[in-house]
Amino acid sequence: MGLRAFIDRRIAPHFESGGKLNRYYVFYEMFDTMLYSPPSTTRTDAHVRDGLDLKRVMMTVWFAALPALFFGMINVGYQANLQITEFGYNPIPGWRTDLVALLTGFDHANWIANLLHGAVYYVPIMIVTYLGGFIWEGLFAWKRGHEVNEGFFVTGILFTLILPPTIPLWMVFVGISFGVVVGKEIFGGTGKNFLNPALTGRAFLFFAYPAYLTGDSIWTAVDGFSGATPLAIAAEGGLDFSVGLTENASLNPDVDLTWMQTALGGMQGSIGETSTLIIAFGALILLVTKIASWRIMLSMLLGMIAMTWVLNWAGSETNPMFAMPWYWHLTLGGFAFGMVYMATDPVSASMTNAGKWAFGILIGVMVVLIRVVNPAFPEGVMLAILFGNLCAPLIDYVVIKANIARRKRRLQEVGNA
Amino acid sequence: MFEHYLSLFIRAVFVENMALAFFLGMCTFLAISKRVETALGLGIAVIVVLTLTVPVNNLVLHNFLDEGALAWTGIAALEQVDLRFLGLMCYIGLIAALVQILEMFLDRYVPALYNALGIFLPLITVNCAILGASLFMVERNYQFGESVVFGFGAGFGWALAIVLLAAIREKLKYSDVPEGLRGLGIVFVITGLMSLGFMSFAGVQL
Repeated sequence: MGLRAFIDRRIAPHFESGGKLNRYYVFYEMFDTMLYSPPSTTRTDAHVRDGLDLKRVMMTVWFAALPALFFGMINVGYQANLQITEFGYNPIPGWRTDLVALLTGFDHANWIANLLHGAVYYVPIMIVTYLGGFIWEGLFAWKRGHEVNEGFFVTGILFTLILPPTIPLWMVFVGISFGVVVGKEIFGGTGKNFLNPALTGRAFLFFAYPAYLTGDSIWTAVDGFSGATPLAIAAEGGLDFSVGLTENASLNPDVDLTWMQTALGGMQGSIGETSTLIIAFGALILLVTKIASWRIMLSMLLGMIAMTWVLNWAGSETNPMFAMPWYWHLTLGGFAFGMVYMATDPVSASMTNAGKWAFGILIGVMVVLIRVVNPAFPEGVMLAILFGNLCAPLIDYVVIKANIARRKRRLQEVGNA
Repeated sequence: MFEHYLSLFIRAVFVENMALAFFLGMCTFLAISKRVETALGLGIAVIVVLTLTVPVNNLVLHNFLDEGALAWTGIAALEQVDLRFLGLMCYIGLIAALVQILEMFLDRYVPALYNALGIFLPLITVNCAILGASLFMVERNYQFGESVVFGFGAGFGWALAIVLLAAIREKLKYSDVPEGLRGLGIVFVITGLMSLGFMSFAGVQL
């Protein structure tokens, strides 16, 4: 008996109307549609039949984020193992360290050891995120009678990838709860919110527990380690941008940092955001399948480049960030990740094509402005995208009004002729 | 000088946004943000009122209320008088008078907007964003030129916030909010989330 037949005969009857477990139908439906495409079809009138439903869109984004996820795990482990083997730091005591010591040890040249050391930090974060999201999504779906949407799979994976590896797990739960409930569910679920839920949760944590989400000591999972992220180094004037792409740009002799290294991702940062190259793979998947808008990605990049040129040209004697070229802005911090996975969220971005251009340019400009002009935040991608989400409805409104006015004029011209 | 005014303006619009950083003027902010057009009308009204009242109150402060401000009368007894304790009353009275004039003006020349704003134009009188801007002006010791820029900037920031909120609310018309939160409840939540987005400007030094 195949799985489909087993579900249909043995499980489905309990949950369908009349069955004993009918009140828990949403949970059955959630797991069933995870395994198979739903059998229901539209019964009235002609309609478009398309294999690209919401579920497949979400799964594609999820797969596109997988390379960043695996690279993120390896990098988290690599950063920690590097400090342990080269500089004599101790791993953070606890079950994680015991497990890694038991299985592979802490050798930064061994990729399996790096992956395992990263996984013991990443996997619990992921489990807590999905557990928290499942509880809230399920609760809302159950009580409000709508289906559990796959949107959450994407929100969940993106949320885990923008956290620092050392974040306490209860905080992960609080963050994803805020993101899912206040960022999405109280507006009615997937497609009805106006802010990116993953970023909403991250921003909530950022302002509620700044000590755990910013600073120099949270990015590498070893005991007592403190090291500035490349963006923080740049903000203090510790980078020389005039050297070539593959030469060491750091002015501090103890720190070794080339542009190529930041592009490949071997640096400290949130779990999934460090490697611009790996994120470019994800971007390729999203662009080839036409799931993410190329307009938003391109315009955000162009907005960033244009604003960087303006600041490079204006110059500043006191603020070293003014001199940072655009290709450094691209590879440092979360710019690439935000551009590919966050800004392109079709729900919270602008809907109209002209609006997408304006939306992307606005975010690109804002990122550079926050990074350079605002000393309170070294990184601005998260807040810039949230700000873009706020402005998206107004941008759409203006575009639509302009379109209506243009068509009215055209109609009048035809009428006059 | 120009740079100083520009930074003052940008700070008033984004960093110290009346609605989203100080949460002033909330009653009108929440009530008149259902449609973008009305919100825009109200926003413009607030810009006009603020650009008028803050400088006028500034003149009143510096020529009548401040310590020794009455020296220009030439009367010796008035030279040391400090009337700042009358400030609150004078500012609110002036604001009320100016809003009254604005209302009559709109009634006569822009009846469509007058009808759209309804009861809320007179209510601007007691809008705390309006009085708040005047009090900020006093607290921060703005000169006349600065008070013009600050008044315009504060009004512009408030108008921007309410238009953004109205656009979001128009978009969310199709959302499915739980029953207990429908109406003003969800608008409070949206305002809070908008404020989160505006936090990106917090800490900007100009």
